[in-house]
Amino acid sequence: MSDYAIEAHGLTKYYGSREIVSRLDLAVPRGSIFGFLGRNGAGKSTTIRMLMGLVEPTRGAATVLGYDCRNLPPEARARIGYLPEGHNVYDWMTVEQCRNFQSAFHARWSDKIFWGVIDHFGLKSKAKAKNLSRGERAGLCLALTLAPEPDLLVLDDPALGLDPVARRSLLESMIYVTRKEDRTILFSSHLLADVERVTDRIAVLDGGVLRADCLLGTFQERIRRFRLKFEGSVPDPAALPKLLHSTPGDHELLLTFANSDRDVQDRLSALAPTRIDEVPIGFEDAFIDFIGDRGRKSLFLDESAQ
Amino acid sequence: MSIPIQISVGSNIPIYWQIVDQVCKAVAAGSLVPGDQMPSVRALAEQLVVNPNTVARAYSDLVRDGVLETHRGKGVYVAGRRSVFSKEEQDRRMDQALDVFLHEAMLLGLTGAEIVDRLSAKLSVLSKSSTGETVDE
Repeated sequence: MSDYAIEAHGLTKYYGSREIVSRLDLAVPRGSIFGFLGRNGAGKSTTIRMLMGLVEPTRGAATVLGYDCRNLPPEARARIGYLPEGHNVYDWMTVEQCRNFQSAFHARWSDKIFWGVIDHFGLKSKAKAKNLSRGERAGLCLALTLAPEPDLLVLDDPALGLDPVARRSLLESMIYVTRKEDRTILFSSHLLADVERVTDRIAVLDGGVLRADCLLGTFQERIRRFRLKFEGSVPDPAALPKLLHSTPGDHELLLTFANSDRDVQDRLSALAPTRIDEVPIGFEDAFIDFIGDRGRKSLFLDESAQ
Repeated sequence: MSIPIQISVGSNIPIYWQIVDQVCKAVAAGSLVPGDQMPSVRALAEQLVVNPNTVARAYSDLVRDGVLETHRGKGVYVAGRRSVFSKEEQDRRMDQALDVFLHEAMLLGLTGAEIVDRLSAKLSVLSKSSTGETVDE
């Protein structure tokens, strides 16, 4: 068995002349919780749909649990739990009817898990889907996805529209799922606090291009922020290498860098500030500076970059 | 067993470090005593709702630093006696703590003499409270 639950090489998608996903190389290690991040429209859902065999790639290839994504056989689909964006269900069905409908497709089905998740989200078996709140629908969809005990969970923006309690239940379910060591989770999200809690690795997509693929800790270590104080006027930082973002202030500059090194430190000193202090930066701020407008300098973050 | 650890996601401090810090503080304050069994990596991960590898990393650091110890086959426990740090490690940690303290003191404009006075006052309060005497305002 491969070390990777998902591998993509050069995965590309054009819609007409618009390149939505550009030459994506991705490797999701088996047993990991993998966060797939990026702004709206970055190409995350399209990538996920290509991996799930719902959209045909323009170029490139990918394997999911060892199977070609263009041609996933039933035995592959039986081992993949895919939760598309939006938590859609047939609204005329009750919770129980959804269970009956879904379980008929699967050779392997655990009612213990299904009703366990339903219970965790506080749902009743006779409730009609159309009367469920957004969070309750998410719980139902999660139960339907987890009950076949898939080896790979692919969740496209699973927390979208969820209230804080439902979001927390979702996270708890994700951690619970990884009790079995070989289970892999790939999920996309905008909720960086949740991503920070549960992921091992992250990949960041920006305008269809992969800009980071590393351990969460690596991302946090490589993005650093410094405050420079000046006596006189504040110099223009635009020429500084590896700069992601600058915020000018009263006689000071706040600068965020990716992969800051000796060279960056020397260039900072060369600006002749009265002092330089490193300022701690949280994951959300680091991500925003990395992916924001100023970050369009093709800075790539992975394990090997220095 | 539920450990009183609270993590704050979205802060500037990595989660694993918060766990390390809070366990150390609990041991220093006596709410965790030598011989207490820590929750398993998985149990704590599920309690805090964080990735188990984050907890594993925190436990690993705590074991390395001698705050916790593993009893083979049984789990992770609060260490009987803090293993003595190497002199270099003691010096490094003390320097770091002093840098933070002095930076703050200078920011507030305290003179050297004022710093020493405040330090002495704090030390005498600490030693009084540890002998069980009450401290009046």
